[in-house]
Amino acid sequence: MDLFLHQALAGLATGSIYACLALAIVMIYAAINHLNFAQGEMAMFSTFIAWQLMQWGAPYLLAFVGAAAFSFVAGIAVERVLFRPIHKAPVLSHIVLFIALFAILNSLAGFIWDYNVKSFPTPFGSRSLFGNGLVSSHDAGMMGVAFTMLVLLYVFFRHTRIGLAMRAAAANPESARLAGVRVGRMISLGWGMAAAIGAVAGIMIAPVVFLDPNMMTSILVYGFAGAVVGGLTSPGGAVFGGLAVGIIENLAGTYIPYVGRELRLTIALFIIVAVLTAKPSGLFGRAIVTRV
Amino acid sequence: MRNDRHWLMVAAAMAIAALATAPAAAQKKYDPGASDSEIKIGNIMPYSGPASAYGEIGKTEAAYFRKVNDEGGVNGRKINFISYDDAYSPPKTVEQARKLVESDEVLLIFQSLGTPSNTAIQRYMNAKKVPQLFVATGATKWNDPKHFPWTMGWQPSYQSEAHIYAQYLLKNHPQGKIGVLYQNDDYGKDYLKGLKDGLKGNMPIVAEAPYETTDPTVDSQVINLKASGADIVFNVATPKFAAQAIKKIAELGWKPVHLLNNVSNSVGSVLKPAGFDNAAGVLSTAYMKDPTDPTWKDDPGYKKWSAFMDKYYPDGDKTSTFTVYGYLAAQTLVAVLKQSGDNLTRENVMKQAASLKGLEFDMLLPGSRINTGPNDFAPLKQMQMERFNGERWELFGPLMSGEVGG
Repeated sequence: MDLFLHQALAGLATGSIYACLALAIVMIYAAINHLNFAQGEMAMFSTFIAWQLMQWGAPYLLAFVGAAAFSFVAGIAVERVLFRPIHKAPVLSHIVLFIALFAILNSLAGFIWDYNVKSFPTPFGSRSLFGNGLVSSHDAGMMGVAFTMLVLLYVFFRHTRIGLAMRAAAANPESARLAGVRVGRMISLGWGMAAAIGAVAGIMIAPVVFLDPNMMTSILVYGFAGAVVGGLTSPGGAVFGGLAVGIIENLAGTYIPYVGRELRLTIALFIIVAVLTAKPSGLFGRAIVTRV
Repeated sequence: MRNDRHWLMVAAAMAIAALATAPAAAQKKYDPGASDSEIKIGNIMPYSGPASAYGEIGKTEAAYFRKVNDEGGVNGRKINFISYDDAYSPPKTVEQARKLVESDEVLLIFQSLGTPSNTAIQRYMNAKKVPQLFVATGATKWNDPKHFPWTMGWQPSYQSEAHIYAQYLLKNHPQGKIGVLYQNDDYGKDYLKGLKDGLKGNMPIVAEAPYETTDPTVDSQVINLKASGADIVFNVATPKFAAQAIKKIAELGWKPVHLLNNVSNSVGSVLKPAGFDNAAGVLSTAYMKDPTDPTWKDDPGYKKWSAFMDKYYPDGDKTSTFTVYGYLAAQTLVAVLKQSGDNLTRENVMKQAASLKGLEFDMLLPGSRINTGPNDFAPLKQMQMERFNGERWELFGPLMSGEVGG
């Protein structure tokens, strides 16, 4: 029982890592209806910016805000410079550009900051919360941050005019434009917000997995998995999906004999496939109906 | 095309030169890459890409050969060191090896780096009968003269190292229970096998926790190890995961005997990110003098290395063991070439490499010697235990030998 609790809580902690990134993925999906494969690398790069600011002597809070602000602007710039020109191009062109961005950011970070792992500070401390090391204070803090981001996103999308406009712009650009929504601006805003959320996710994740140019490569897969299982259109679903993947992975690795230990990820992904077979738009996703 | 003609002319010139000097060179024997004036050595390193930190090794070797050339070369021949980048990508390694062998016509390839990269070219090198000498990887499989007589390792193999941990545990913690955290691939399994062989069933391994390189963290594995009741952890992980494990173990308030594999015992890239407090007391092994260890401050070997670095590789990192590694490996090659004399055929070089007897070098631990034989393609086997004191590694105990039945 003790082990079960340990593994479930550790799964919850890693799950909140996935959840943070899944939120960024959902955000960009809400704006452009595509999955951004470079999301993880953008988050990694933002985290390096925060690290660099701290190396230059900035206090944590300033580095945090600075990196998020930088990412917001950089996200908009990426959209304006790279993606606006191919706005009407087929999906494949987008994918190629995403992958190019992935490779560029990864090598650029390696070139600037080298590939050695670096420690990244946490504002929450890394003491264990309830004695026996069940949950560290950083894990708890990270879950808190993921939850806060979730609430903010919910409020933004449901209760602000601009959030509504953004949803409209993504769901039906033509009608939205006719109704007076500036679709181009909404898409830029979506990129900026996704990049900023990614920055926050990266800054939360880095103290656990350490900072290096490849820190996000595998997390992105889990983040996608979480986002897809929860439903790409639902921030709440993304968080739930991220946490579920983390917990399932740990429990499968511990309790399924023989295969579990070596096929942790496989089992988690298998469950995702099963969920999607039953509910193609994810557990909390809205079915997307397209008129033809 | 232009290139072809150029090569043709060079070949013709060389043929004429060879004819002209034929009588004088009666006892001298050469294969491609060797001549009266020069020995061409090929090398493949990850100068770019994720493993580019290792490139330091290749740069140190180039610097060492410059020093040798400045001092008159090896038996009067200058070393022409041709080092290419493979970005740690095996397909590129194959391409570069072919280029070195077929177009540059090197005598041998020396210190190509990485287990996957060397695996990719091992068959090719053996089919071509070109020495793949002193490969820069710790896998045990390079010591297999029966099947791959043209391939030889250099550093102590993972299994040798694991044998040394087994000896240490049997002697100091015979009642202990071992949990192993390992990377689920050849590298991790090599260590695991070494440990099991070394223990010979005299101590129980109560838990084996493999992780994949795609796992974001090894937290779950560490929790399982703790739950298994183990009081000894054998940490067979690459730097990032090793650091995570050290940190997680401390967070759990768990205090096992912690053995850290040599692959990840870098202070800067593992123990520092893991936190010096968390890493205090961790055990590992060493076979070279750590340039940051004040023990060697007045050591003549250290001083020689330091002077070499200042003169020939001033940009190099003098706190990194990579520069020591490259220095030692280059010295080993020079010893082999010296021993080969004027018979610079590939076969003889391989034969000489397999008959090194009691070589001692400046930066090896005192008492450590390089030995090889026709059935022993593992030059270095001796290591000493070390303990992290919260600031740096401290050597302790005797120099131990981890012979692995070849």
